[in-house]
Amino acid sequence: MGNLQHHSRTTLRVNGKPHTLTVDHRRVLLDLLREDLGLTGAKKGCDHGQCGACTVLVDGRRVNSCLLFAVALDGCEVTTVEGLFGDGEEPHPLQRAFLERDAFQCGYCTPGQICSAAGVLAEAAAGHPSHVTDPVAPSGEPVPLDREEIRERLSGNLCRCGAYPRIAEAVEDVIP
Amino acid sequence: MKEFAYVRAGSVEEATSAYASHTGARYLAGGTNLVDLMKLGVEAPAALIDVTRLPLDTVEELPGGALRVGAMVRNSDLAAHPLVRDRYPALSQAVFAGASGQLRNAATTGGNLLQRTRCPYFQDLSKPCNKREPGSGCGARDGVHRDHAVLGHSAHCIATHPSDMAVALTALDGRVELAGPEGARSVAAADFHRLPGDRPEQDTEIRPGELVTGVVLPAATAGLPSAYRKARDRASYAFALASVAVVLRLEDGVVGHAGVAFGALAHRPWRARRAEEALLGAAPTRAAFEHAADLELDAAQPLRDNAYKVPLARNLAVDVLSRLTDTALTGRAS
Ligand SMILES: Cc1cc2nc3c(=O)[nH]c(=O)nc-3n(C[C@H](O)[C@H](O)[C@H](O)COP(=O)(O)OP(=O)(O)OC[C@H]3O[C@@H](n4cnc5c(N)ncnc54)[C@H](O)[C@@H]3O)c2cc1C
Ligand code: SF4
Ligand code: FES
Ligand code: FES
Repeated sequence: MGNLQHHSRTTLRVNGKPHTLTVDHRRVLLDLLREDLGLTGAKKGCDHGQCGACTVLVDGRRVNSCLLFAVALDGCEVTTVEGLFGDGEEPHPLQRAFLERDAFQCGYCTPGQICSAAGVLAEAAAGHPSHVTDPVAPSGEPVPLDREEIRERLSGNLCRCGAYPRIAEAVEDVIP
Repeated sequence: MKEFAYVRAGSVEEATSAYASHTGARYLAGGTNLVDLMKLGVEAPAALIDVTRLPLDTVEELPGGALRVGAMVRNSDLAAHPLVRDRYPALSQAVFAGASGQLRNAATTGGNLLQRTRCPYFQDLSKPCNKREPGSGCGARDGVHRDHAVLGHSAHCIATHPSDMAVALTALDGRVELAGPEGARSVAAADFHRLPGDRPEQDTEIRPGELVTGVVLPAATAGLPSAYRKARDRASYAFALASVAVVLRLEDGVVGHAGVAFGALAHRPWRARRAEEALLGAAPTRAAFEHAADLELDAAQPLRDNAYKVPLARNLAVDVLSRLTDTALTGRAS
C-alpha cells in the first residue's frame, strides 16, 4: 500500500521568482539553491545544522537550509543573500555595513551571517526576546539590540576566521 | 540517504491514517533532528508524513485558565508568546536557552519533545549502541560519557534527553496531548519520557503511529514565579551539562508549592519529587534548599567522568530557588 513515488513537483518562489521543479524528496533546500538554481551564496559548512553558513530566509524567517527538505516547502518564499541585494544596484544596508566594517576574512560564513542578521532585526522588531533579554522587559515590545543581544542572537552562525567583533559592529551599524 | 515517499497531511486524521498505511513511516515536523539523523543514516524512513501544515499552530487559552500550545507552534513563537512569557517564564527561558535562532524558527513543540539523544555513539553507525540497535551494547558506558546520565540510568543505556523545553514543561506540571489510531489521550509531561531500563530504544510513552497534537500548561502554575537555568560549555548554542527548572509559591512565609525538574542528568527530565516534598512547608532558606537538593541527588550514580554534574546541578537548584524566593518576596525578579 501507499504512494511509492520518490519525486514531486514543487514550486518555490526564490528571490521573488517562481520556480517549479521535479525534486527528489531527499533534496534539501541548500542543495536545490546551489545545484539546481545556481545560487551559490548560501554555503555548505557542516550540512548538519551546526554552523549557520547555509542560513536563508523562508517566508521572512531565518532557517538553516541544509535541514529543510525542499518538497516540504512547496509554495514558500525563499530569500537568499543574492535576493537581499534586490532589483536595483543598491546593496542591502547589512551588505554595505559588512563591506564598510571589513566584517570578514575568508568570507565563507558571510552570506549566512548577513541573512541571519536580517532575521535578527525582524525578530527584535517583532518583540522576540532572547536568552540575554531582561525577563521583566515588557512582552511584545521591540527589543533594543545591544552588543550582548547581537552576540547571543547570532550565536548560530560560526566564523572559523574569528571575525566576530567586526560582524557585531556591522550589525550595530544598521540598527534603526 | 535512502529514497522515501512523501505525504503532506492536511488534518490529524489524514496524518495518522497516512502513517498507518505506509510501512516505515515517520512524521516530519521542523526536521531539525530527523533530517540530521537521516543524513547520518540513523533514521531511514520509507515515507515521511509532513505534519507542518496541520492546524495545530496556535497558542490558546482554555476555559479555566490553562494554556494549550499546538504541536506545530515553532519554538521561537512559543518562547516569545506574551502569555507564555508572562505566565510560565521558565518555559520561555528554557526554549531561548536552547539551540540557535535559526533552529528555533524551524523546530516545533512536538518535535522538540521527541528529539533523540545527542549521545555520539547513537549518531555513529560504526559504534555499538543499544538505543539505535538493541543488543549491540553501549559504547558510552566505558567510553566518552562526560555528558551522560547520573540518575536513573541502566546497564543498557546511560544517555540523557537533550531537550531544555521538556524540563520546564515537567516542572510546570504540563501535559502532552496525543492522537492516534486508538483515539486521543493525554500524559503528564513528567511521565512522557521513560527511563532506559532494558528498552532504551523507546524514549517515550508514545505508541506507534501516535501524533503529539499539543501540550497543555495548567492554570495551577500560571503566574507563579518560575525560572530555568542551564550550565553549558559555552555561553550560547550548546546543549546542557546540567539544568534546572523551578516553580515556587510561598504561603505565609513557607513553601506552599515547589515544582523542580533537572535536565541533562537522566534519560528523561528528572522531576525532583523528594526535593519537592522536603521543601513543602519549609521556610525558604538557603539551608533548606541545599538540604532538599542533596536529598534528591543522593540517588545519583555518577560514571567515571561525569561526577561533576552532581554538585553542578545542586548549585543550580539552590541558586534558582534562592532567586525565585527573592522574586516571590519582593514581587520582582532579582
Ligand atoms: C546544532 C543543534 C543544536 C541544538 N541545541 C539544542 C539545545 O541546546 N537544546 C535543545 O533543547 N535542543 C537543541 N537542539 C535540538 C532541537 O531543539 C530539535 O532538533 C528540535 O526541537 C526538533 O524539533 P523539529 O520540529 O525540528 O523535529 P523533527 O526533526 O521534525 O522531528 C523529531 C522527531 O519527532 C518526531 N515528531 C515530530 N513532530 C511530531 C509530532 N507532532 N508527533 C509525533 N512525532 C513527531 C519525528 O518523527 C522525529 O522522530 C539542537 C539541534 C541542533 C541541530
Ligand atoms: S548511552 Fe544509550 S544512546 Fe549512548 S551508546 Fe549507550 S545505549 Fe547508545
Ligand atoms: S551547513 Fe547548514 S548549518 Fe552548517
Ligand atoms: S570570514 Fe572566514 S569563516 Fe567567517
